[in-house]
Amino acid sequence: MYPRSFEYVSPGSLDEATSVLASTEGAKVLAGGMSLLPLMKLRLFSPDVLVDIGRIPGLSSISDRGDHLAIGAMVSHAATASDSAIAEHAAALATAASWTGDVQVRNQGTTCGSIAHADIAADQPSAALALGATMVAASAGGVREIAASDFFVDTLTTALEPGEILTEIRIPKQGGASAYEKLGRRGGHTDYAVAGAAVWLDVSDGAVSSARVALTGVGAKPTLAEGVVEALVGTDGSDSAIAAASERALEGVTVLDDLFGTVEYKAHLAKVMTRRALQQAVAAAT
Amino acid sequence: MHVSLTVNGQRAVTDVEPRTLLVHLLREELGLTGTHVGCDTSYCGACTVILDGKTVKSCTMLAVQAQGADVTTIEGLAANGDLHPVQEGFWERHGLQCGFCTPGMIMSAVGLLSDNGSPSEDEIRHGLEGNLCRCTGYHNIVRAVEYAAAKMRGEEPPAPEWEEGSA
Repeated sequence: MYPRSFEYVSPGSLDEATSVLASTEGAKVLAGGMSLLPLMKLRLFSPDVLVDIGRIPGLSSISDRGDHLAIGAMVSHAATASDSAIAEHAAALATAASWTGDVQVRNQGTTCGSIAHADIAADQPSAALALGATMVAASAGGVREIAASDFFVDTLTTALEPGEILTEIRIPKQGGASAYEKLGRRGGHTDYAVAGAAVWLDVSDGAVSSARVALTGVGAKPTLAEGVVEALVGTDGSDSAIAAASERALEGVTVLDDLFGTVEYKAHLAKVMTRRALQQAVAAAT
Repeated sequence: MHVSLTVNGQRAVTDVEPRTLLVHLLREELGLTGTHVGCDTSYCGACTVILDGKTVKSCTMLAVQAQGADVTTIEGLAANGDLHPVQEGFWERHGLQCGFCTPGMIMSAVGLLSDNGSPSEDEIRHGLEGNLCRCTGYHNIVRAVEYAAAKMRGEEPPAPEWEEGSA
């Protein structure tokens, strides 16, 4: 299946890329293409111009910047999944990346691309949300930072403006521990999530001192589960405390059904995945 | 647009529309029809090729994205008339039925074995999760990859199950 015709631009620098985006109506950024090209082949989306950022130097590395890790726009899922610093400081993201797509998709697709695409069933957006990531967006007008909690606006919709490129995401080195759990559409961890949960938490003096929990696949966008945090912080993180907190996963969330599960089933799964992820994170933090 | 890349060790230079997919460049411009188009939706993996050392789905990549890349297709595996150990494994352990998924399965297996020379059965099954076999012939595909892994380590491959069963 051929996409509709388009003009292809392969800029050699970020400045060139943002200037093309600023001056061209209907231009879209191409990174790995694992989400964009299937949509274009099905002709659900037909941009007039593709701006391929794959040849811009400096976007393919994961950097340790002291207080945070930075993942560049062209870092593949496979690279995120196998990076030792990500594993140490952002285990939820490493796990989510390792369960994204399949081997070939992980080789070609990018972490930032998945986050910018914001599919409700994708794994890494909720991991970024639970980890309190910061998104860095560049445009011809400059660079701005967007908190993950402000980034995901609606289904397939983020705070990125036309003309902006998600150049990197920053994960704070914040201590504690994180984890991701999901049920994949093909069972186990394979394929998009039917439902999933990403958690980060810290433990001090035998009690959970702070936490973030984000759900995948249940609502219209990756969603913070505030009720779980409210119930969990201050407890000893025991299995019973976790089980009670997980029951509050869907407070304030409108669960959407789809081909892969009814509202009731996905709501149940979200609680189960929240409980499992919390148990892992507590075990890793203590 | 002008695209030049290396395919199976040979330089290929051609002009394509930007919307030309890598698989179409391989099949239609270069005549390398061993790489198959299966689902055409990025799921089935029949179009898998190795690009700069990594397996990718050539139906979900623009030919222009492969500018300057080094691509290996199924046609590039056999050397001097000798099958690649993975091809030999599929032959010896009946790793195919209809054969449609086979080129992609073999390329993914080659990619898997280049990262992990001694994969467990579980690692083989997960390593091939991006490749679908509509004949559901996965069992013998796993045996074929085990055969190839042993050969590539210089070891005697495990005996076929049908011989164990008849002994």
